[in-house]
This record gives sequence, C-alpha cells and structure tokens, in this order.
Amino acid sequence: MFHLMPHRELPDDFSQRYASVWVTPPWHELVPDPARIGEFYNWSLDELIHGAEMGFDGICVNEHHQNAYGFMCNPNIMGSVLARATNHLDVAIVQMGSTLPTTQPAIRVAEEYAVLDQISGGRLVAGMPLGTPLDANMVMGIPAIEQRDRYAEAHDLIVRAWQSKEIFAFNGKWNQLPYVNIWPRPIQQPHPPIWIPGLGSSSTWRFAAEHDYSYCMLSFFGSQVGKRIMDGFWEFNDAEGLDRNPYRAGFAQLVCVAETDAEAEKKFARHIQYFFNKCLHIPEHWWGLPGYQDFESLSRGIRGGTTMKMLEVITKFKNFSYQEFVDKDIVIAGSPATVRDKLVDAVKDLRIGNLMVLQQIGSMPHELTKDSISLFCTEVLPKLRDIWDDEGWENKWWPQRLRGQRLA
Amino acid sequence: MPYNEIRDVEVWDGEVRTKVLVGGDGPPLLYLHAIMGLQWDPFLESLTAHHTVYAPHLPGTVPGDPDAHKAIDDVWDLTLCYSEILDALGLGGEPVAVVGHSFGGMLGAELAANEPSRVAKLVLLCPIGLWTDGRSWTNPNVLSLPELGAAAFADPTGPVATAALTLPEDPEALGEAIIGVTWAMGVAAKWWWPIPDRGLRKRIHRITADSLVIWGEQDGIISPEYAGDFARLIAKCRAEVLPNAAHVPQLERFDVVPQMVQEFLAS
Repeated sequence: MFHLMPHRELPDDFSQRYASVWVTPPWHELVPDPARIGEFYNWSLDELIHGAEMGFDGICVNEHHQNAYGFMCNPNIMGSVLARATNHLDVAIVQMGSTLPTTQPAIRVAEEYAVLDQISGGRLVAGMPLGTPLDANMVMGIPAIEQRDRYAEAHDLIVRAWQSKEIFAFNGKWNQLPYVNIWPRPIQQPHPPIWIPGLGSSSTWRFAAEHDYSYCMLSFFGSQVGKRIMDGFWEFNDAEGLDRNPYRAGFAQLVCVAETDAEAEKKFARHIQYFFNKCLHIPEHWWGLPGYQDFESLSRGIRGGTTMKMLEVITKFKNFSYQEFVDKDIVIAGSPATVRDKLVDAVKDLRIGNLMVLQQIGSMPHELTKDSISLFCTEVLPKLRDIWDDEGWENKWWPQRLRGQRLA
Repeated sequence: MPYNEIRDVEVWDGEVRTKVLVGGDGPPLLYLHAIMGLQWDPFLESLTAHHTVYAPHLPGTVPGDPDAHKAIDDVWDLTLCYSEILDALGLGGEPVAVVGHSFGGMLGAELAANEPSRVAKLVLLCPIGLWTDGRSWTNPNVLSLPELGAAAFADPTGPVATAALTLPEDPEALGEAIIGVTWAMGVAAKWWWPIPDRGLRKRIHRITADSLVIWGEQDGIISPEYAGDFARLIAKCRAEVLPNAAHVPQLERFDVVPQMVQEFLAS
C-alpha cells in the first residue's frame, strides 16, 4: 500500500487561483491552521499501519517537496515510525524512497536505510528514485542535465558503503568522502532489495536491467495507459536476455473499494476529482524541463509522438467524470468483486508481481480511507496473492525473511 | 552577410568538439550566443560588415553531438574551454572583440576577467551573471513558449518576437526544432541553474577591456538594474538601457543597436 500524504482540504477554487500544487503553493494561504497538517500526517501514518495490520505485504512512502499533494519531505522519518509500529507483523517497509541525486552526501541514504533495516528487523525494501524535475531541479536546485550522472554516482556509493568491509575513500564528482565507513550497516546481506521507480524512460529500464533490480512504474494514469509502457518494459528485458519473472516489475494503481459499485461512486467520486483537479494541478511543461530527459529519451519521445500523447492525457483528465476515470481504469473503483476482477486482469496483463495500491486519494477522510483499506484487504487482496504461484517464480527482490506465503 | 564557413573545432585534450560559424571580413570578433542555441540572425549579419565573426556553438548544442558538454564541469572549465577555442581558431595572437548575449554575456565577461589581455573590446547584451536579492528575475527554463515570449520581448506579438518564436509548421521540422531548443537550454543550464550567479561578482574587477552593456528597459528575464552594476564594476564600461526593448535589444532595437555596437568597436 502506497501513500502520498496529501493536503486533504484545499479550497474549491484552488486550481483557478493558484498556478501549481507543486513548488509554488503558498503555505500561509492554504494552511489556515498549521496544527491541522499534523493531523494529516498522523492519519496518513495510521492508515498505513492499518493497512499493514489488515494484511498488506508492504507499506510504502515516498519523497516530495513543496508539494500539497504529498509532502513527506523525508520518507525515512515516516519509514522509521512505520518500521517501529509494525515490528509484530510480516510487512515490508518499502521506501520509494529517498531521492538519490538530491540527498547530499549520498551516504545519508545508505545510513538512514540501514537504520530502517535495523529498526524493522530486516524488512526494508530500498527504493532508489531519480526524482522528478519539480523536486530535484526546481526545489532542490540541481541542474537537470546532471541529475542522471549524480544518480549513478550516488547509487554506486550507497551500495558500496553498505557492503565494504574496508574503510574507503570515495572521490566522486559530487560526493568526495575521505573515510567511508557507515554506521549502522543493514541487516540484510549483501544489501536490502533495491527497487527502481520510473515513469517509462528506457534509460531507467536499462539501469534496472544492468543491476538486476526490480522496476516500478509509478504513474497515476492507470493500467490501460500502463499496458503500453509495461509491454515496452518486457520487450526491453527480452532484448537484454532477462527472464520474465513478474517480480521484476511493480505498478502503482489507484484503488477504491465500497460495498457496491453505486456506493463507490457515491463515496469516492469527489475525492477522485479532487485528486486529479487539484493534486495534479501542475503546468504541464514543468514535467519536461530542459535537460531532464537525456537526449535519447527526449528525441525518441518527440519523434515518436509519445511526449505529445502524454501531454494530451495530462491535459484531458482534469475534465473527466467519475465514470471516465473508472472506464479507463485510471482508478479501479467499485465493489470488491468489480475491483478484484479488474485487478486480476491488470496484474496479468501488465505482468507485474508488485502491485502498489494507492487507497488514500486526495481529500478522502480518515475513516473512509480505513474502510476502503479494510474491504480491500479482506475481500480483494487474498485473490491477488497467488496469481503467479503456478509459474513458480521467486520474488528475489523481497526481504529474505518475508519471502514465502503470508497469512492475511 | 550570411556565414560562409562552418569550422570544426576540437579542444580540451580532444574531449570537447564544437562547430564555429564564420562570416564577414575584418578584425576578429567572437560572438557568444544565449541559452536557446546559436542563430545566425540579422544582428550577426550586421557585425560581419566590419568584422570576421566567429560564432561557436556551445559544446553539446551542435546537432548530432549532444554529449560534447560532458567533459566540461563548471564555469572555470567552460571559460578555459573557450580560451582553447580561440586558440584553435588561430586567434591566439591579437586581442579580439567579444560580443555576448545573456548567458553568452556572462561567458564573455568570464573570459575577459580570466584573461584580460585576450579581449580587445567587450559588448554585453543583457548579460546574466550578477545577482542582487529582490530584483526581478524570471527563470526561462520553467516557462512555456508564450510565457518566454512575453518575458523576453517588449512586444511579444510584434514582428521581431514572431520571427524569433514561430516554430516550423512541418511536423518533422517542428519536432527537430523543439528537440534542438530544449536540449540547448538544458545544456546551458549546467552553467547557470538554478540561480545565474556562479561567482562573476568576485572576478569582474579583473576585466580591463573597454566595455559596453546594452539592455532593454522592459527586460522580463533579468532586471535592467544590473546594467548599472556592470558599468560600476567594470573599470571602463558604459551602459545603455533602451526603451521599447526587453531581453533581445539587438533585434528589438535593430534601428540603433548595430550602429551603437559598430561605433563602440571602432572607437
């Protein structure tokens, strides 16, 4: 279960009054009562812990900055609470995660992830995101064209710092450290499983393939748009000579469950529209800041037309009705049976072993979120777990002590 | 006149390649372009009347060679790299005139500060490179094309802005134009993002060249207040702030700027 930790009470005219939910939303206008945000954080943590108690295999947080749709500015602060609170459960702490190019020096990530692995008793999944242009370039100020090189350097440093038995000097371009000898080290050996989030860029697929990591497609566009991208992912892996182990791939999907399809519409429609109208209210061209895409991805996206198609989707969904979101599977919502059938199809269609479900969407209040989580965990989740069992794959990108069947 | 030669240049111990457009006749003049890439525009043509204009592409922005920027890390590297480009062009003997626009203006000032004897005269058109808190500044890389037009031109719908910002209609040419401009802006940002202050203020006192700073009064990218700072901080410098112009005064005020520059270079 994935959580963004959004502002749940943005004003009705937010999208008309303000340029963006990200980078520039004015705190003092949008947060009349600062203590209210503390409640949102605690609700979000409680919802994740509730999900863990109800049977999710992993609970997941990420990092964003100056962003009213999700402001876990350091996911490891959240992860630390979650790890401590779930020590009685066989649930993974999935950090998706600390943004490598903007965490300086990058041994901070190695240290903090090792702490989480220690507190959780070896339940950490170490996500290694590149970071969006909005966070990494606009907020944190790094030149976009350096972002991928900074990422690669940080990755090499972290993985080496976790494993090296000798103290070493690291002479990187952005990290120069004379005595790398981090305390603590992770419990998991040789290191925690590594997942690479992405939005469909082939350079990220290549990175995951080269290092034999699991890739997670993190979009909000649902399984239908995701199908085209994940087909590309699997074709890429075929060409690289990798197997089709479904646990190589994860996918994020918005999911809402109520007693009936009609109840789902009644309960969730306005929250879904809040999410797409307000939480994703961002100038489209900020997603493609000059230099963010490497030259190959930039030219292929424009020459092949996929950049324009993505922009069209982003522009259109602001006006979608609830029915359109559901018909296009941007949100999989409805009764347990409806959600179950659609998710089984999506998981098989995309060939994903790691389904990442977002259940708190936009303005959804605490109790409604918990109800949706409970229904999902009791009525839907048990039908998803064994989808790949007959193919006999091992999820080698999962904490060792949590592998094998879990009783929900 | 149009350029009559494209010269291939390899510097930085063979690790950096670029192309240099060369045109005109007369003493050498180095032209340093702004972030959107090199265009041989009417202003450059005007310079060719009295000079041999050498206009290098910023390394990494030559079509077909997107990685040529990779060996150049910081502004210090970049400045030395341009010094080597001058040598490679055979301009190592006499000092040259340098004209730089916006990002190219910052680069020209760095060059003149690093090797004062190398620059005969310095013309800076709306240069970036200095920073004072509170002054207006619009980050060009986060703007849409219409927003960029509105910030960079005093008359965003007039003929000068239209000629500069209209994209090709042919879909293939349009795509290539978008790729070229986007990539050029991404490469240039390596040496100015996120704030166009990489320490020129500490080095500017080293400039000895006679200098002319020209700014558009309505510049929406970077405040024309900086014109006075350049005039104050460079030992021999005059600043002209022109009405009815913004960030591209050499084209917006084509009626006066080419002549102003020519008279300054000839003086």
